[in-house]
Amino acid sequence: MKRIGLTGDEAIAYAAKQCDVDVVSAYPITPQTIIVEKYSEYVANGEVDTEFINVESEHSALSACIGASLTGARVFTATASQGLALMHELLYIASSLRCPIVMGIANRSLSAPLNIHGDHSDMMGSRDCGWIQIFAENAQEAYDWTIQAFRLSEDPEVLLPSSVNIDGFIISHSMEGVEVLEDEAVRAFLPPRSGACAVDPRRPSTIGPVALPDYYFEFKRQQAEVMKRVPVALERVCREFNRISGRRYGKFQSYGMDGARTAIICMGSAAGTARHVAKALRGKGERVGVVKLWLYRPFPVDELVRELEGLRSVVVMDRAISFGAPFGPLCSDLIGTIHGKLPKLKVLNAIYGLGGRDITEKDVEGLYREGLRMAEAKAPMVRVKYVGVRE
Amino acid sequence: MSALKEKLGWRKVPPGGTISEAGSSALYKTGAWRSFKPVIDKAKCTKCLICWIYCPDMAVKRVNDGVEIDYEYCKGCGICAAECPVKAIRMEEE
Ligand code: SF4
Ligand code: SF4
Repeated sequence: MKRIGLTGDEAIAYAAKQCDVDVVSAYPITPQTIIVEKYSEYVANGEVDTEFINVESEHSALSACIGASLTGARVFTATASQGLALMHELLYIASSLRCPIVMGIANRSLSAPLNIHGDHSDMMGSRDCGWIQIFAENAQEAYDWTIQAFRLSEDPEVLLPSSVNIDGFIISHSMEGVEVLEDEAVRAFLPPRSGACAVDPRRPSTIGPVALPDYYFEFKRQQAEVMKRVPVALERVCREFNRISGRRYGKFQSYGMDGARTAIICMGSAAGTARHVAKALRGKGERVGVVKLWLYRPFPVDELVRELEGLRSVVVMDRAISFGAPFGPLCSDLIGTIHGKLPKLKVLNAIYGLGGRDITEKDVEGLYREGLRMAEAKAPMVRVKYVGVRE
Repeated sequence: MSALKEKLGWRKVPPGGTISEAGSSALYKTGAWRSFKPVIDKAKCTKCLICWIYCPDMAVKRVNDGVEIDYEYCKGCGICAAECPVKAIRMEEE
């Protein structure tokens, strides 16, 4: 193991390089561009034995990835924002055809107005697409999750595509010290894809046929069930990854939950700020914690209920708006999760950081203070607020 | 190749909807979608096979004495009639 300086984008590219990827097809888009730029450098230098398919759009990029994946190849791509939106219809096809593709996403806002900075609007707009969705807090996690995502996606019990999300610019373009594994260790952890592949000239088959009202529903019901196998497979993958790296991942990571009265639930880089503030507040005797969600889809319902059991209130931080919905997307999931199980838990939904707006320590401290005030309330309550926006 | 006799439940449908045989669409007759039907005038037909090349649905069949329409699959799009150089194909309302 050695420690090298990598940005979040570079960390994902470096991990993909070590994963012995057969096919990459991608189209550049800020703030993801460095991932594919770096990868095409590896290809040009002969450092990898990968077929790099240049295409004219993200729609074609994911189309090429689906075709390649169906032949049994290990496939990687990356995108962000409008690029992910342009991939939208193919996202569903990739998951429905059970293609274990891994995609790096440097999360960015959606137009209009045009903005290239980080928020979670892109992935949230595609949250129902049947992909495994993982959010990394920093470059180290992005590196580690990319390697684990291949194992998880290609698990014969799973065979679903995965996205590894990092906050645009905040993580994608910030350099950090990243501990990288030896190539051999990654190779041993991630053997070549095995098992039957869909496209095989010796066994002709029909892929992607039509299914009318008499069959379509059964396929979708089955897909919903396959998602349920992911948490078990994820545990298996994370346990083994821990053995080679010493780093232990899972569905989420908690900090300061012991005896906490309120906690922040969030994803991505904001978790670092939340932990930092929680630490300071705990030093002053405040009972506050953090739950950083790694696995957003499938949503770890039962585990979260257990984790939040002792709390009086929870602050759910959404870096996206779900227009016209009662809450931000993460908070809607959380409220669906606790309904009927934690009836006394008060919920504060904080919408923050859109279009790359900074979330400061002061903002987070304010959220903890409000969470603690809500914890005292007798009756259950739910509140939504926008943090860091001018009135 | 055989058509499914019973309707499978969600546990049994093949993952990804992949059918383990090729060419299963041959089991499903799709000509009923048609509202106009191409009719070949054998007297005019020069057997040039242009309709056979152009039909997007492979519904023009080669037979000994030229071409024939397979009405079980022909969708009635009229491409064959438009492309026939001697206007030997007429589109008739069904
Ligand atoms: S009408 Fe269309 S589908 Fe039918 S035979 Fe002509 S070209 Fe083919
Ligand atoms: S295109 Fe016209 S002339 Fe040529 S084979 Fe078809 S029907 Fe006959």
